[in-house]
Amino acid sequence: MPYRPLSGMALLCALAVGLCAQEKPQAFTNAQIIPIAGDPIAHGVLVVQGGKILAVGAVGQVKLPPGTQVHDVTGQVLMPGLIDSHSHIGAGSGGDGSAPIQPDARVLDSLDVRDASIQKARAGGITAVNVMPGSGHLISGQTLYLKLRTARTIDDLLIKLPDGSNAGGLKMANGTNSIKAAPFPGTRAKSAALVREQYIKAQEYRDKIKRANGDPDKMPPRDLGLEELVEVLDGKRIVQNHTHRHDDILTVLRLSKEFGFKVVLHHVSEGWKVADEIAAAHVPCSVIMIDSPGGKLETRDADWRTPAILEKAGVLVGFHTDDPICDSRRFLRSAGYAVRAGMTRKGALEAVTIANAKILGLEARTGSLEVGKDADFILLSGDPLSVYTHVEQTWVEGKKVFDLTNPEDHLYAVGGVGAGDSRRAQLCCFTSAWDLIMAANEGGNQ
Amino acid sequence: MKTSLRLLVLAALAIAPLSLRAENVAITGDTVYTMAGTPLKNGVVLIRDGKIEAVGPANTVKIPADYRVLKAAVVTPGLIDAHATVGLSGLLNQPQDQDMWEKSAPMQPELRAIDAYNAKDPLVAWVRSFGVTTVNTGHAPTALISGQTMIVKTLGHEADEDVINPSAMTSVTLGRNGLNAADGSPGSASKSPGTRAKAVAMLRDELIKAQEYAHKREGKDEAKRPGRDLRLEAVLRAIDGSQPFLVTVNRQQDIISALRLAREFKLKIILDGCADAPLVINEIKASGFPVIVHPTMQRSYEDMENLSVETAGRLHAAGIPIALQSSYESYVPKTRVVLFEAAVAAANGLGFEPALASITIDAAKLLRIADRVGSLEKGKDADLALYDGDPFEYTSHCVGTLVEGQVFADGPR
Repeated sequence: MPYRPLSGMALLCALAVGLCAQEKPQAFTNAQIIPIAGDPIAHGVLVVQGGKILAVGAVGQVKLPPGTQVHDVTGQVLMPGLIDSHSHIGAGSGGDGSAPIQPDARVLDSLDVRDASIQKARAGGITAVNVMPGSGHLISGQTLYLKLRTARTIDDLLIKLPDGSNAGGLKMANGTNSIKAAPFPGTRAKSAALVREQYIKAQEYRDKIKRANGDPDKMPPRDLGLEELVEVLDGKRIVQNHTHRHDDILTVLRLSKEFGFKVVLHHVSEGWKVADEIAAAHVPCSVIMIDSPGGKLETRDADWRTPAILEKAGVLVGFHTDDPICDSRRFLRSAGYAVRAGMTRKGALEAVTIANAKILGLEARTGSLEVGKDADFILLSGDPLSVYTHVEQTWVEGKKVFDLTNPEDHLYAVGGVGAGDSRRAQLCCFTSAWDLIMAANEGGNQ
Repeated sequence: MKTSLRLLVLAALAIAPLSLRAENVAITGDTVYTMAGTPLKNGVVLIRDGKIEAVGPANTVKIPADYRVLKAAVVTPGLIDAHATVGLSGLLNQPQDQDMWEKSAPMQPELRAIDAYNAKDPLVAWVRSFGVTTVNTGHAPTALISGQTMIVKTLGHEADEDVINPSAMTSVTLGRNGLNAADGSPGSASKSPGTRAKAVAMLRDELIKAQEYAHKREGKDEAKRPGRDLRLEAVLRAIDGSQPFLVTVNRQQDIISALRLAREFKLKIILDGCADAPLVINEIKASGFPVIVHPTMQRSYEDMENLSVETAGRLHAAGIPIALQSSYESYVPKTRVVLFEAAVAAANGLGFEPALASITIDAAKLLRIADRVGSLEKGKDADLALYDGDPFEYTSHCVGTLVEGQVFADGPR
């Protein structure tokens, strides 16, 4: 467990690295497995080692390697770790109030990895997440795709791409959130004009770099914002676009076509009105499932049937929490309510796993239980779409990051005194604030 | 003239949707939770003239031939939301439909929900579509005294027609949300109360004024009696118990302050919110006051940072009377649905039947309306909710709602 004193065994490992370098395979047997890739397995086994999936299949059909540590998880449901394609956990930030377009601002430079919201996301079974800046700008900054490993610093959570860069997208927004007093746009048409202007600048910037052909004297001066937009133009960075109204959705599609960038539509309250257009553009949707309509005027027509209608039209559909709008700990509710409103069970379960992996471009490493993928999985007490089901364990890359039987983890899962505080840092010689709180409460009634 | 009038009435009836008339209906349910005794398997509820005519197992209740028959997997009493702002806050969340927060003064007990309730706001129909038939609604817990709540059916006709109790409780808020300085909104006219101590001082002062007012009103010399004072009349009803204070408190010190205030003025209050309740559960239990627990899934920040999905279960286990609520949110989700809040409480320590009770019979008792609603018993209002499965499951639907015998089945929710 994170921030716990090293156990005897761990200490031994630390002292004799050679002995433990080859971590033992671990098998989770007798679970009902929902691999997402393929049909559910009634009595399944999942074998993981070195953070990867070694095998998945029916009990009796999967041969356990010698020395495998076996966890009998009879009665539990095992499925891929959940992926949230739009969240604000970790108290991150992006651009400030100075301008509507700030692609240079990075969530990377703002996150608190010990914030309670991150531990609550683990308690909800979330293993990977797209942490975004807010939606108050046309372009509010660079988002970050994270694995919710045990973390001391932000570096522990990053997902590294083959070129060594950090995986992440670019947050954009249209509609009323980014319409405000100057220097922000005052209308929708102005919003689109400002964005087009910026992408044309990025095209010209890219052309200058091309023409320089490696000659440092001919290179344009570095521009942090345009560099990111060039990544978008080159398809290396996906635009994650906040949008509600159907006409705003179509504007995003129009701009994406003009500049040829990859885009995902987020929230899409009125997506049901233009499902065919979205499908024809082959653009995925990350949908928010919210308890009631009417947060703001442009979400008036939000409807739980949106995922079902988009699914039927052939659109790739994921869900997101937009935490703190929806609680990460109840992310599976989104899938439940989508099924209630007509989505297929298969589609709804994919929408919290592999579809979101695709939305983030991470499907090669996570989102389903397949040999060679990251060992990101959760153990549930029952059916994933039941309100009575609890997330019992969350594993990221073969390591347990949440266990409901652990009192500290339990606190983050259900709430209570101390659950709003950051994950306790381990201090060898001091009493932490958390300890003081707990001591004070032991003097209470219960 | 007479004929044309009759024609007009007939025409109106012809175009009126079915939902606008109470019907004679028989409801058959695979499971009927009457909340008055053990659940019935294959139960029947007969409804006549808006009232429950009979309830019992199918083999004991004969369905008259002319009754419209509705079938459902699960039948429950119509749900009761013990504390909401529905109808004062509207679906659009735009200035023209937000009447739940009057910022002109910190204490305005004279404000009545019934003078603001919009029975036709789509939000009323929205909550009804999940089975909610009764709400205790009013001004939001955003001022020291924000106004009087009303208990109303979700019929969607008009406030005066749908109301059960036009002045049920007076809403008092202690802690951060009851402070004006914390609000910081330009609409706040007064600087006070800026602190917790000042808030309680102002409340005590108001209660003392009300006591003195009552004394003077009973004075022998009629000429010296003070004129009517709407504010103090409302506060007096909290003192005499006919219209108790609904005290929203979340921090443990605020809960204790509320209990201290109640002792000083011999008030019978209803506690509301109570995120910190587990820390002072013995004190709450000893007070004998019921608790309308914070929405199970309410966001945990500021005064509510210690709230837990297990609070309802813990209070119930301690023997404290509880009800659940949708409460008030200033941001999305604008309106919580009390059914969903009860569902998560059910799954986190409260259990199925106590959770259902917390939004039916226990809520009715707490709101003092159990003679009319909250359970399926002969003579009570025909308020029912029909589901195609366990009402708390995410994937179940509410397939129909009956309010005083009127069938609303706009489509499954």
